[in-house]
This record gives sequence, structure tokens and C-alpha cells, in this order.
Amino acid sequence: MTNEDGSDRRLARLFVVEADGMMCDLPRTRLATLFNPGDLVVANDAATLPASLHGTHVPSGKAIEIRLAGWLSLSDPTRFVAIAFGLGGHRTRTEDRLPPPALSTGDRLRLGPLEAVVERLLDHPRLLELRFKGNRATMLAGLAQHGRPIQYAHVPEPLALWDVWTKIAARPFAFEAPSAGFALDWRTLQAWRQRDVGFTAITHAAGISSTGDPVLDSRLPFDEPYRIPERTAEEVTRAKLRGSRIIAIGTSVVRALEAAANPDGSVRPGNGTATGRIAQDTPLRVVDAVLTGVHEPGESHFELLRAFADDALLAKVSTALTASRYRTHEFGDSVLYNLLAAACVGANGT
Amino acid sequence: MQTNIDFQGLRVAVTGGTSGLGLALVRQLTGKGARVAFVARTAANVERVAAETGAHGIVADIGKKDDIYPIAMQVTANLEGVDVLINNASSLGPVPLALLADTECEELEAALAVNLLGAFRLTKALFGALAASAREGRGALVINISSDAAVNAYPDWGAYGASKAALSHLTAIWDEEAKADGIRLLTLDPGDMDTPLHALALPDADRSSLKAPELAAAEIIEKMLNALPARTALPAGGLV
Repeated sequence: MTNEDGSDRRLARLFVVEADGMMCDLPRTRLATLFNPGDLVVANDAATLPASLHGTHVPSGKAIEIRLAGWLSLSDPTRFVAIAFGLGGHRTRTEDRLPPPALSTGDRLRLGPLEAVVERLLDHPRLLELRFKGNRATMLAGLAQHGRPIQYAHVPEPLALWDVWTKIAARPFAFEAPSAGFALDWRTLQAWRQRDVGFTAITHAAGISSTGDPVLDSRLPFDEPYRIPERTAEEVTRAKLRGSRIIAIGTSVVRALEAAANPDGSVRPGNGTATGRIAQDTPLRVVDAVLTGVHEPGESHFELLRAFADDALLAKVSTALTASRYRTHEFGDSVLYNLLAAACVGANGT
Repeated sequence: MQTNIDFQGLRVAVTGGTSGLGLALVRQLTGKGARVAFVARTAANVERVAAETGAHGIVADIGKKDDIYPIAMQVTANLEGVDVLINNASSLGPVPLALLADTECEELEAALAVNLLGAFRLTKALFGALAASAREGRGALVINISSDAAVNAYPDWGAYGASKAALSHLTAIWDEEAKADGIRLLTLDPGDMDTPLHALALPDADRSSLKAPELAAAEIIEKMLNALPARTALPAGGLV
């Protein structure tokens, strides 16, 4: 399978950081062999919405791009937190994009077949709350027809929905792809099953990863709703009871499971909202290891990793990833933190 | 007659849902209390069937690659997941039916695009949702509608028959592969039915000798229930 940047996802690399500080560089296909019988892998099965909508700010007649960034209310799924941009295409880096036209509460936006109303301006010129006119089914049909996945300037060709749905994607709930899940395929899940490594999923509304604006980025991640199925909660609790490890595929899984954690390491099933950041001093009650992309200091995803590894180790990892030319973007390589296994013995460890 | 508990909360997607067998399936499934989304190409027909049955109508063409993920998105968002996919939409190939030597390459491609690739693509796009349903103990099933033309070498039915034969074999292999994920795939042959597709193929057929699509739909629904785990009260989907 060819990646959007022309590379082959099957040739992706996996950097393993073990709990004792050992590190090594493996082909990502080795993921199928890394965990122990009894371990439970938990992924985010959210599918990605076509959350980028180009259209017109009706009062000014000027072009606007709306990126849906968060659900305002699960009971009214036509209302969103959104980020607005002015003229410019996906090839322009987000940080270089023009500001949106001056917005006021009540302004109408025409976004292809959809019409939306600005309900509230938030305390940043790009940030607003909006509501689509019509019911949820009408809105979904309009998104399906006119919406595009949020694009990345580093990807030369426009991304289609099939590019941003992971193989396990089940329900459209995320605004950007839960990209750690691109490391999974059905062959890997089959290999885990054969080795008695468990696999289950939560659904978490992974939000925008970066807006290009440092002030806005410092507020990420926004509050993100999630759903933990009964069976997933039962499997996590059973794994913790028997002393098996919980491996999260992606930071969104860490957020959901830790938000739903009880002090004893069991998790509450059902709907919830993950609020706040996980950082250095956040105790991890559920998750033992995390597979994620290559993140840089300052990103909220990097901050979350400080709950898994101390700063000295993270600095060593960053240096090694740079030296080994690991690819940092959403469709790039993977890093597995806090693996309790001798995966690096015999590999080219550092 | 099945009790309603079997259908309460059951989430079914049907392609080709505005005529013939597909329409009968949408009517019967909604009538029994299932949550149904259906796909068809013509907006006016989709609106009519949606208004009549209360099912979610999606205007799209199974034969077009670009339509598949937007379909999957609307199915899984409107139904909050999916337990059963019925790939029913079919293309006859050349109309009127033609000998293979008279069949244009494009006509064969069109039949394959809907009957084989369309079913493959939509199943693949919904595979994650089906696996989620299986993991949650709800069962997950794909029913691919085939024909005896997939088995018998009927002259004039080359494009249609070859595409359905390929679909049957794809289904059998995929069923073996996906069993461990808890997803079952079946091919069902509803028999010769009195449908618009049949009239298109054989305009002079004696309609009294043909099966009513309502009867075929009832048989398929029974087989669908037999292939799903015994249902108690299903957990609600719960997300948006």
C-alpha cells in the first residue's frame, strides 16, 4: 500500500523504548510479535469526519475555511467548536494561513450544500462555535458530499476519506485521524490473536492536533468525548486483575482510559469526556505502554509522553529519532514507549 | 414469524434499497423494528422510500469508488454502527442481454464495478464497524446477493454471471478469513424474482412463474437471523 507521500506504509519503522531505558529501531511489522500472551492492546476505532469545509462568509462575501474541531454537545450533534481560516489552500502551511473574515455572532456561512450559523465567538479570532441548519442526517449528507478531510501541507495530493480512516475505523467521530492506528492491519490483529494477545477498542473523538497558532495550540487538546464499550471495560479490568499490561494505540486511548479510570485500575464503561492534559505528574492508573507517532516538545502529545518516560529519556529518544530520520507526520513512523519486554535484545539497540 | 426482540436495535445497511428485493428488505426490516440505512442512485426514489419506511436514505452509486466512504460514513453515523450489510445492488451488464462476444469491455467493467468491486469496497469500508459490532457481542454479518447465473453457464448472462461468480468466491474466501474476527459473510441466491432487474433482462418472461421479492426478502431475513448470535436486549449505541 502506498502512502500519501509516495512511501510504503508497510516499510514504516518502529522505535521501541523499553521500560529500563533500552531503545531499538525495528521494522513496524514486528509489532505483531512484541507483546506477551495476556497483554491487552486497546485502539481507538473512531473513523475520521471530513471536517474541512470551504465556503463563503455570507455577510462579507469572503472565502472561509471551517475546520470542525470538537463536539459541543453529543445530544445535539449539529453543533461544533470550529477553527476558521481565510483564503488559502491545503498546500499553504497552517501557520501561514490568512485570518478568517471578521466574524460576528449570528453570521451565516454557506459551506457547499450546508448552511451554518456562528453561535458564539470564543476568545481567539479563529475560534468559534457553530451550528448547522437542518437535522443530523442532512448535515451528514452535506459533509459526505462537500467535506474533505483536514489536509496537511506536507502531503502533496489532497487526502480522501479512505486515506484518513484506519483499517479498524468504525464510526465517524474524530476530527483528525487517530493516526497511531495506521500501524494496525488485520494481519497484525490475527497474529496477536494467535499469540493470545488481546485486542479491543474504545471510540474517542480525536481532535485537531495543531492549528499553526501557538496560542491556540497551547489550549490543545480540547475536551474530547469518548465511549468505552462494556466489553472493553470488562477486558481492561480483567487484564489489570491478572497483572497483564495494557498497551494503548495512540494518545487518544490514553486520554479516554485514564479519564474513565477508577483508582484500582478498572475503567467505567459508557460515554465520558476527557478534559485537561495528561502530563509529567499525571498518575497512570490503567495504561502501561503507548504506541504513538514521532512528537516534538511543546506538542500536547509530547507532554502526554512525559507521564510514561522521564525528560532525560525523552531527550535521548528525540535525539535518536532525529539521527535515524524518523518521519514525524501523521502517516509517518511509530514509537512504542515503556515496553516491558526484551524486544531490543539482539536488535540494533542504542 | 420472528419476535420483535430479534430486531430491536439491529442495525442493517441495504444497497439497492428502492426497488425489487432491496425495497422489500427495507420495508420488512423497518416494519420489524430494525434500524435501517439504504443506498440508491436516484434522489427522488431515495426520498420516497425513506419517507415511507422511516429508514435512512443515502443517495450514492455503489459502482463509483468515490461514493463508497461517504456511504460508509453516513451508514455508521446514522445507525451508530452496523451489524449487517446486505450488498444487494446489482448491475445486469449489457441491456438487452448480449452474447459475450458482443459485450463491450465497458459493459463487463460496469457489471464488475457494481457487483464485485462495489460489494468489496463497501464491505472493506464497513469492516471496522462490523468488527466493532462483533467485539461487542452483537454479531456481524455480510450478505451478498447472488444468482444461479453465478453457477450455471446461461448464454447471454456472461457479464452478470461472471461478476456474481466472482462475488460468490470472494465471499467464501473472506468468510474463512474473517471468522476469527467474528464477522461472517454469506452468499444468498434469492431465486428468479419478479423485479425491475428481471424485467430488464427478460421483458417477455411469464411473471406468474417468478417469485415475489417480498417472499425472497422474508427468506433472507430468516437466514440473516439464523446467522447472528441469539439476541437479547441489545446495548444502545450511545454515541452521536
